[in-house]
Formats: sequence, structure tokens, C-alpha cells
Amino acid sequence: MSDILILNGRVVDPANGLDAERDVLLRGGRVAAVEMPGGLKHAKVKETIDAAGMVVAPGLVDVHVHLREPGQTYKESIKTGTAAAAAGGFTSVVAMPNTVPVNDSVAGLEWMLDAAREACVKLFAMPAATFGSHGDEITDFHELRRAGAVGFTDDGKPVLHDRVMRAALVAAAGIGVPISQHAEDTRLTGGCSMNAGPVAFRLGLRGMTVEAEARIVERDIRLLRDIERSDGLRAHLHVQHVSTARAMDAIREAKRDGLHVTCEVAPHHFTLTDEAVGDYDTNAKMNPPLRAETDRLAMIAGLMDGTVDCIATDHAPHALFEKEQEFERAPNGITGLETALGLALRVLHKDQGMLVSRVITLMSAQPAGILSLEGRGTLSVGSFADVVVFDPAAEWSFQAKASRSKSKNTPFDGAAMLGRVMATISEGRVVFTG
Amino acid sequence: MKTIEYAAGSLLTVRGLPVEEVSAILSETARLERMPHAERSQILAGRRIALLFYESSTRTRTSFELAAKSLGATTTLVSDKSSSIEKGESLKDTGLTLRALGAECIVLRHANSGAPFLLARTTGLPVLNAGDGMHEHPSQALLDLRTMLTRLPGFDAGFVDAKTLQGVTVVITGDILHSRVARSNAMLLPRLGARVVLCGPAALLPEYALELGEGVEIERNFDKALRQAGADGRGVVMMLRIQRERLAGVEIDLAEYIDRYQLHIERLEANAPKALVMHPGPMIRGLEIAGEVADGPNSAIEDQVRNGLAVRSALLVRALGKGGFESVTV
Repeated sequence: MSDILILNGRVVDPANGLDAERDVLLRGGRVAAVEMPGGLKHAKVKETIDAAGMVVAPGLVDVHVHLREPGQTYKESIKTGTAAAAAGGFTSVVAMPNTVPVNDSVAGLEWMLDAAREACVKLFAMPAATFGSHGDEITDFHELRRAGAVGFTDDGKPVLHDRVMRAALVAAAGIGVPISQHAEDTRLTGGCSMNAGPVAFRLGLRGMTVEAEARIVERDIRLLRDIERSDGLRAHLHVQHVSTARAMDAIREAKRDGLHVTCEVAPHHFTLTDEAVGDYDTNAKMNPPLRAETDRLAMIAGLMDGTVDCIATDHAPHALFEKEQEFERAPNGITGLETALGLALRVLHKDQGMLVSRVITLMSAQPAGILSLEGRGTLSVGSFADVVVFDPAAEWSFQAKASRSKSKNTPFDGAAMLGRVMATISEGRVVFTG
Repeated sequence: MKTIEYAAGSLLTVRGLPVEEVSAILSETARLERMPHAERSQILAGRRIALLFYESSTRTRTSFELAAKSLGATTTLVSDKSSSIEKGESLKDTGLTLRALGAECIVLRHANSGAPFLLARTTGLPVLNAGDGMHEHPSQALLDLRTMLTRLPGFDAGFVDAKTLQGVTVVITGDILHSRVARSNAMLLPRLGARVVLCGPAALLPEYALELGEGVEIERNFDKALRQAGADGRGVVMMLRIQRERLAGVEIDLAEYIDRYQLHIERLEANAPKALVMHPGPMIRGLEIAGEVADGPNSAIEDQVRNGLAVRSALLVRALGKGGFESVTV
């Protein structure tokens, strides 16, 4: 890593309440100085980035990605997935455990986090909450935490049983990390491939109801209350990819009651509705599914009023041959790392009037905060030299074929984006230039 | 976001099929029916049509096959039970194989909704949807339409426009949720001026059905629905089978169902004595329909089968670029 001086940029660092022109010096993989323009002109560096007209922000943090390694490297690898992350402005990503085999052991976790995987941005991982993500018996949270786990989840599936979820929340509370829950009552969603509603009815597809998501969120919140009351523990529930107005309402109420609930929303859930399924476009198939317009607007409302803590992509690469199947047979998921910032700025900033600094908060400071990722999501002096430089006014259209991901399964091929990443720096190394 | 082109002559859904195109299909059907056998058998001479059936079928498969043969085409039947599909070959690869073997058009029956779109996209061939999952059965809706035009008084079977079926009420009763026939009819007939009244218990007929389009209503009381089909001879009652193979956990009390929704002779005579009775088949006598009604004078069930042969002939001609079709669209 070399020292880098970023000059003339608009530094947006929500963690420090900063949104102003500043020069930034990165040294030794850390943020060394953030000064008024011209204040660092005597600094000797090899590399200078002229960021005039650009936003200079903490590298983005995605608490929800699927990198498919080990086991499914034909879809993605840690190397290619983190390259896509860098192209999207992300400098920290959290890998979900539904690899093959499931990441449920210290050995598996250490293997994943090993430098030999060639992650080009900081890789964190959430191991499985239960062995094999079967939902029966919780994994060894203490040992996994020591090996680097930042939370636990059976993502792709819910922790369904009350007893198991309760035990997981209690165990995680003891070591200060969240249980990240994929909220889907799978007893209600067998054979379903999209949102329940008029579109599903017309297309002859079985639909996942709002209840299937809301029931798990509501159950988990009841468990939090009960744990607080009877165990005196403040357990942390993180609700993944909220997609329904009803679940959002439940989370809002729980937060008002002071429970430790956080949640994320994926860009596709605030951008698209189930109409995007069109003529059975499998690139509009994911779980949770695209919902109704009222739900989409509820996601935006939650993002605007602070109910939503962060934007997370649920980057879920799949090979073309898997998506080129009958809609009901195609796997769930879309890629998202390279479209998240462009969609957030277009939909939330341009269309909804959200401040750029607030978008950055939702994509850096807050996701880093949820998982207590020290020195991430901020440009405080001494923190990691994780930086994204982007042109906030650039309008462009995303081209799936140009993606760094191994997979191209996105409904946003050709879609309008606002804000283009010009450079991504991870711990002082330039890992992407646009 | 991106518009996908499908081969001209495909019929994947009735949604978006222009009324003029419906009329052109009916007109071609009438022309083919009048045509001498010798002439008809030359229209598609030497052309190759593949029938790709992933689900069992009697009427649809046989009528497509007979239709193709009567036009002089060669047909190949591929079914999931006796092909490489059993070994896990994908729909795309099956389609590409058929195309490489010379198929110029594929007639597809499939258990997954939307499968014909996938086949049409990946092969570039004209694809005729012969029933896909719970989605649509477009050729059935067209043959049902022709049956109404031929059996109800005062219509020309070879022409329709947006007003042709004004004053006609079609009551579709039973397992609407799982029925591709119901969807295709409910999306086609109102665009020709008909009122479509859907009837069935909530478990088999969700309120979402109203959003299939303008002109679709729900009446859960079968007797009341039947009375809307009227006594003026301009009403149609279409009965549907309960699709046990697709129920997926929905529990139906059959005795109660029969009591509330079976079309039997007393119910028909009391509420809609002049209504035309239709059923797309397969029918379960004694369940959704009494045998005496199926065999009675109001029944058009065999006409439906005959019209299936005629309409499917026109669809094959259209798919292979013959006949008098000007604006051929999916």
C-alpha cells in the first residue's frame, strides 16, 4: 500500500458529521489526516487523486452478500465477488454462510477468511446460527466469534423453531453480536416463487404472502421482549432484507419500545415491484420476492424515517444456465454489489430527496455500526483507509455484461443509475478505478 | 426493462392478442373448415411440427396432432416420460434439439407456468402454448369462443370485434385458482364484450381474480351466478374440474362442494334453463357436473372438442406463416 492524497473532494463522513470540501491523507493503510483544502499540500505522497466535483466517502459496507465459496465457484468466488464489491464502492462485505458446505465451523470460517481466497476488500463472515443451517442445534458461537464471526444467521432459511431462535438470540447476546434472521415462515411458502397478489394470480404462480414474512418478524420481536423480561439480556435481532409494509411496521414499533432490533432493505425492494416479473423474468426472482407498490413505498418510508438501519444488497449470483429455466425452478437471487449505490442515489436521493450524506450513512456508518466493525464506515483519523470516490451527478446505465461478478443475473441490465464510482480504496490500496 | 421479441406466429398468452388477430384466427378456422380435404392437406405439406408434452393430455395433444396431419405436416411427439427429459435435460436443450432436428414450430404443454415463454426465447421458434401450469391455455379460450359463436344464436363464427359478445354472460365455476382455462377465458372474452362471472369458494377463487381485467366479476353463490347467465339464451356456464394434482394443501370438503357448486339438472333448469353448458375436460361426472347435464341438450362439450381441432389447425397455419395473417403477434 502506498500513501494517497485525495484532493479537492466533497468529503461526506456522516460518522463525524462532515459534509464539506476537505483533503484526505491515507498513510499506512489508515486515514492519517482530513484537513481543509490546501492544508495537506506539504504532505509527500506518490499518489494523488484529484477528486474535484467528487464525493469522497467512507468505503461502503454490505452486511449481506453471497460469495458462493466454497462449493459453488462457478457462480462466484471470494475473489470475483469482492472485485464486484470494489467496483460498487464497497470496502467491507459480510459473507453469508450458505456455501457448500455450510459455514458452521471454525475451520470453515478460517478457510473462508484466509488471505489465500484473495479478497480484494475486507471480508467478514456470518457463520451459520445452527449446524448445517438445519435449524435444530446452535453452533459454537464463542469459538466462532473468536475466529472472527460478526453475527450468526441461517440466511436463505429462517431459524424457524421458537426454542432454537430463542437460544440463538440468548447466546449471541452474551457475546455482543446479532442474530440475522431471514424472515420467512417456510411452512407458508412451499411451492411459491413470487409475491402473492394479482400479478402472481395472473401468471399462475403460487405466491408468498405478507404473513409469511411478518409472522417471523413478529415472533422474533416477541422473543426479544421475553428474553429481556425473563433473562435480563438485551439480545440483538437483525432482520434481513425487509420487504413488506407489515414487517416494517412491526420493526418500527419494536424500536419505539426500545428493543434492540435493526434491519436492512435491499435496493431491489425499494426500486421494483412484482410487476417486474413481466413474462417470467427469472432475473426478477429472489427471496423475499419483489412485492406490491404499497410495500415498496413502505420500504422507502422506513428508509426516510430511520426505521431502516442500512441498505444491504443480498448479492446472490447464479449462473446463466440456472436462471435460464422455468420460473418456478430457477434459483432465487440477483447480483447487487455494482448497482446498489447507483440505485440508492437515483431512487432515494434524486427521486425522494434524501441527502447524499444520509445515503452514505445507510451504506457505511450504520451497517458498520450494527456489526461493530471497528474502524470501518468512517473517515475518522486512525480508521482503516477504506474510501470510495464517486461522481454524484453521473448518470449512466448499468451493463450486466461489464460486471466484475462471475454471474450476470440482474434485473437492472440497462437500468438508469445515478452516481458513478471513480475509485475504491481498501486499507490504502486502490482496488478499483472507474 | 428490455423488450423481448418472440417469433411471429407464437401464441403464448391471450393477453395482448389484438381483437383483430382473434378475428383473423376465427376467419382462418372457418376457411380451413370449408376447404376440401385435398387442398387442406397441401397447406403445410413437408413442414415439421414438434409436440412437446410434459404433462398428460388427451384432447389437446390429439387435436394438435390431427390438425397438423390434416394440413399435411409431419409431427413428432416428445413426452417427458419417454425422452431425455427423464435424464434431466433442460427445456432449453430439449427445444434446441428439436430445432436442430428440423422442427419449425413447437407445441408445448408444461406443468410450469411460463414455460412457453422460456422455450420461445431460447429457441427463437414459434411456440404454441398448449397449457402451462396454472397460467394459460390460449387455444382452449379460442375454441371456447368459437363454440359460443357457433352455438349461441345470431353470430358469425368467422368474425369478432370488441362488441361482438355484448349481452353475453359467461359463468365460469369451480377451481379457478388452478385453472389455466379460466384465466385465458377471463382475459379474452371481456375484450370481445362479454361479462365473465367467476364462481367458486374463496380457497379456489381469490379476490385477486378481479384484477385479471375489466369485465370480470365474482359471484360466490352458484345459483345467483347461474341466474345471471339468464334465461334469454345468451348465457354460458363453464364448469371446471377440481385439480387435485395442484391443490398443494388446499383442503376441499367434496360433499359440501358438490352441494354448493355441482351443475345438476334441477339447478340448471331452475336458474338458467337456456344456458349453454361447457366444460374444457377432463370432467369428473358426478363431481362438478352431473352426467345428465353433460349429455343433455344444453351441452356443447363435444362441440368444444371438434372446435379444438378446427381452431388448432388455424393456429398451426398461422405459426408457420401461411394463411391470411397480416399482423402476426404473440
